[in-house]
Amino acid sequence: MADVAVRLVQLTKRFGGDTTGRRVAKYVDDANADQGFLAVDHIDLDVNEGEFFSLLGPSGCGKTTTLRMIGGFEQPTDGRIELQGEDVTYLPAYKRNVNTVFQNYALFPHLTIYENVAFGLRRRKVSDADVKKRVTEMLELVELPGYEARKPGQISGGQAQRVALARALVNKPAVLLLDEPLGALDLKLRKQMQIELKRIQQEVGITFIYVTHDQEEAMTMSDRIAVMNHGHYEQLGDPEVLYERPRTRFVAGFLGVSNLLPASADGRDDRYANFRLSDGTAVRVPIAVIQDRAGTLALGVRPEKIRLLEEKDESPAGYNRVAGRIVHASYLGVSTQYIVQLKDGHRVTVYEQNVTRATKAELWSSGEDVVLCWAPEHCFVVEDAGGMAAAEADRELAAVV
Amino acid sequence: MIQRVPRGAIPYLLLLPGIGWLVLFYLYPALQLFLVSLWTGNITQGYQQTWNFGIYAEGFNEYWPWIVRSAAYGGLATLLAFLLGYPLAYTIAFKGGRYKNVLLFLVIAPFFTSFLLRTISWKIILADNGLVLGPLKQLGIIPQDFQFLATPVAVIAGITYNLLPFMTLPLYVALEKVDFRLLEAARDLYAGPWRPGGAIVGAIGGGILAFLAALVVEINPLLPVAVAAVVGALIGRYLISESFVRITFPLSLPGVFAGSLLTFIPAVGDFVNADLLGNVRTQMIGNVIEARFLKITDYPMASALSFILMAAIIIGVLIYARILGTEELTGGRA
Ligand SMILES: Nc1ncnc2c1ncn2[C@@H]1O[C@H](COP(=O)(O)OP(=O)(O)O)[C@@H](O)[C@H]1O
Ligand SMILES: [Mg+2]
Repeated sequence: MADVAVRLVQLTKRFGGDTTGRRVAKYVDDANADQGFLAVDHIDLDVNEGEFFSLLGPSGCGKTTTLRMIGGFEQPTDGRIELQGEDVTYLPAYKRNVNTVFQNYALFPHLTIYENVAFGLRRRKVSDADVKKRVTEMLELVELPGYEARKPGQISGGQAQRVALARALVNKPAVLLLDEPLGALDLKLRKQMQIELKRIQQEVGITFIYVTHDQEEAMTMSDRIAVMNHGHYEQLGDPEVLYERPRTRFVAGFLGVSNLLPASADGRDDRYANFRLSDGTAVRVPIAVIQDRAGTLALGVRPEKIRLLEEKDESPAGYNRVAGRIVHASYLGVSTQYIVQLKDGHRVTVYEQNVTRATKAELWSSGEDVVLCWAPEHCFVVEDAGGMAAAEADRELAAVV
Repeated sequence: MIQRVPRGAIPYLLLLPGIGWLVLFYLYPALQLFLVSLWTGNITQGYQQTWNFGIYAEGFNEYWPWIVRSAAYGGLATLLAFLLGYPLAYTIAFKGGRYKNVLLFLVIAPFFTSFLLRTISWKIILADNGLVLGPLKQLGIIPQDFQFLATPVAVIAGITYNLLPFMTLPLYVALEKVDFRLLEAARDLYAGPWRPGGAIVGAIGGGILAFLAALVVEINPLLPVAVAAVVGALIGRYLISESFVRITFPLSLPGVFAGSLLTFIPAVGDFVNADLLGNVRTQMIGNVIEARFLKITDYPMASALSFILMAAIIIGVLIYARILGTEELTGGRA
C-alpha cells in the first residue's frame, strides 16, 4: 500500500452559512441562504504519494473549493484534512507544506521572474547561495533559463504558466495543487504543456493534485481521476477504468461519448447477465461488469466499440446484435460518425474507422438498415438515478450532433 | 473632414485645450511673476525692471527659517496624513465590502464645506475655553493655562486635517487595485506574520514621529520617543504581515507617491492654517508671501519668494521621486 500524501475525511464546505459568510454573502442569493450553499459535500479521499491525481468535473462542482481547502485558503465547514499523516485542517496556509499553481498564475507583478521564483525560499530563510542554485535549476527545469531579470508583464501566457509552476515547485512541497493551470492557453500550447507537466511531475516525483474540467487533459496526464459532480465525486479510478467501466450516467457522459440504453435484467448464467432492451432485443453483459451496481441500471457501450453489419452478415460468436437504421452519417476523415436509430426510437452513436470502407461510396448512408454488434465485454452498466429525463436530454443532444 | 486628420496628430489635438489653458493661465502669469521679481522700487514711487537677480539671494538669506519651517510643517503634516490615511484607505479597500462607496463618500464629505470655513470652525471648537477645552479644564483634566490654538501642533493638525482626503484617495485607488489573489499566493509561499520585522519598523516609525513632534512643540523628546517606540512596536508586531510588506505595500507605492505629493505641495505653501490656528512664531513662508504681496506691497520680494518656494519644492519632489523610484525597483530583494 502506497503512502498517503493527502487524506480528506468527510470534507465539507458550505458557503454563506458559516463563519466566513460575510465575505462570500453576495454569492448566496438563493432561497435557503440561511443554510448556505453546499459546495463540497462530505468527501473522503486518499491521494497517494508521488501520484498525479486529478479532480475532474464541470464548472461549479466544487473542484476549486476542495483544492483551496487543501491549500489552506478556505476553512472547511466540517471534516478533516491530513497531509502526510498530519492533521492540517486548521493550519494556516503559510505553514502548510503545500504549494499552489493558481488559475490566473498570480505572479507578483513588481518582482522579477527570479524574485518570483525565489519568494517561497526567501520566506523560509534559505541562504542566498542556495536560493540562486535552486531558482536557476528550477528555471532550467521549466525551460526558462535567461528570463531571471524580466518582470511578469514582459513574458507570454505560456511562460507565465511555467514561472508559476517553478515558483511553486522550487519549494519542494509535499503536494502541489494546480487549479486549471492550462485554462488560459491556446489549444496547441495546452497540449504541449500537458506533456511537459507530466514530464516535470515524473522528474521531481512530487504529488500533484490537478483540477480541470477537461476530460481529455485529465486522461492524458493522470494516474487516477476523481470525477466530481455537485460537491462530491461519483467515481474514482484510473483513466481506463473510468472510460471503460463508468459507474454512473454522469461519469459515462463526462468522459467521452457514450450510448446509454435503458434495459431490464432478464436472468443470468454463470458468466453473463442477460438484459432486455425496450425493443425486446436481448443483450449479454459479463457478470463482472454489473457487480456492485445497484438501483435502476442502464446499459452502455462506447461508439468506437460498435461495428456495423448487414442483416445477413455473421458476427463473432456471443456478440450482442441489435437492429437499427442509419439516420445520419458524417465523414470525419479518420473515421465516420453514424447515428443509428433503434426500433424503439433510441439513437446510438457509432464511430467507424475508415479502413475497410474508405471512400464515400462504400460508406453506409442514411436510411440503410444495419445491425450493430459488439462484444459483451465492451458493455458497461451505470447506475441510472437520473433516469429517463436525462436520457431524453442525451438523445436530443445526440440528434443535434 | 475628421477622417483627414492624420492619426498621429490626434493625441496632440486632444492635448491642445489643456496646453492652451496652461499657457494662458499658468505659464504667462508665472513669466510675468518672474519679471516682477526682478523689479526694483516701491508702490508709491513706481517700479523699474532692473534685472536685480540679487533679490533671490537676499530673499533666501532673510527668509530661510520660514522656508525650513514650512518644509517641516508640510513634511510632518504629510507624514501624519500618511499614517492616518494609509490604514483608512487600506480598511476601505480591503474590508469595506459593500460599504466601500459610503466610506469613500465620508472621506471626501468635508470637501462640501469651504476650506476656510472648516478651519475657522476648528478655531471655535478648539478655543482656549471652547467646546472641547472648556469642559476639560473645568473637570481639571488639563491645566487652566493649556492652549491648543496658537501652537505649531494646531497648525500641523489643521493642515493634516484639511489635506487628509488628498492623501487617502490616491492610496485607496492604489490599494483597491491590489489583487487579493496575489496575497493568497504570498501566503501559499509561506508569507505569514512578520513579528520581529513589524516590531522594529513600528518602533522606528513611532520613535521618529514622537521625536519630530517633540521638536515642534519644543519639549524633551526622551519620554515621548520611548513611549511611541513601544506602542509602535506593538502595533507593528501584530498588524504588519509579511504579505503586506512584500506585496501590498510595494504595489501601493504609486498611491503613496501621488498622495504624498498632493498633500505635501499644498501643505508647504499653505498660509490659512498658520494664519487662523497659529501665532507669530508658527508663520510659514506662505504667510510671508501673502504679507509681502497684500500688506507690505513689496511685489518683487513676494514674487522672488514664490519662485524660491517653487524651486525648493521641485528639488524636493525630484529627490523624493528618485528615492521612491529605486525603492520600487529593489523592493522585492530580501
Ligand atoms: N466564495 C464563495 N462564496 C459562495 N459560493 C461560492 C464561493 N466560491 C465558490 N462558490 C460556489 O461553490 C460552488 C463550487 O465552486 P468551485 O469550487 O469554484 O467550482 P469549480 O472549481 O468546480 O468550478 C459553485 O457553485 C460556486 O458558485
Ligand atoms: Mg474552478
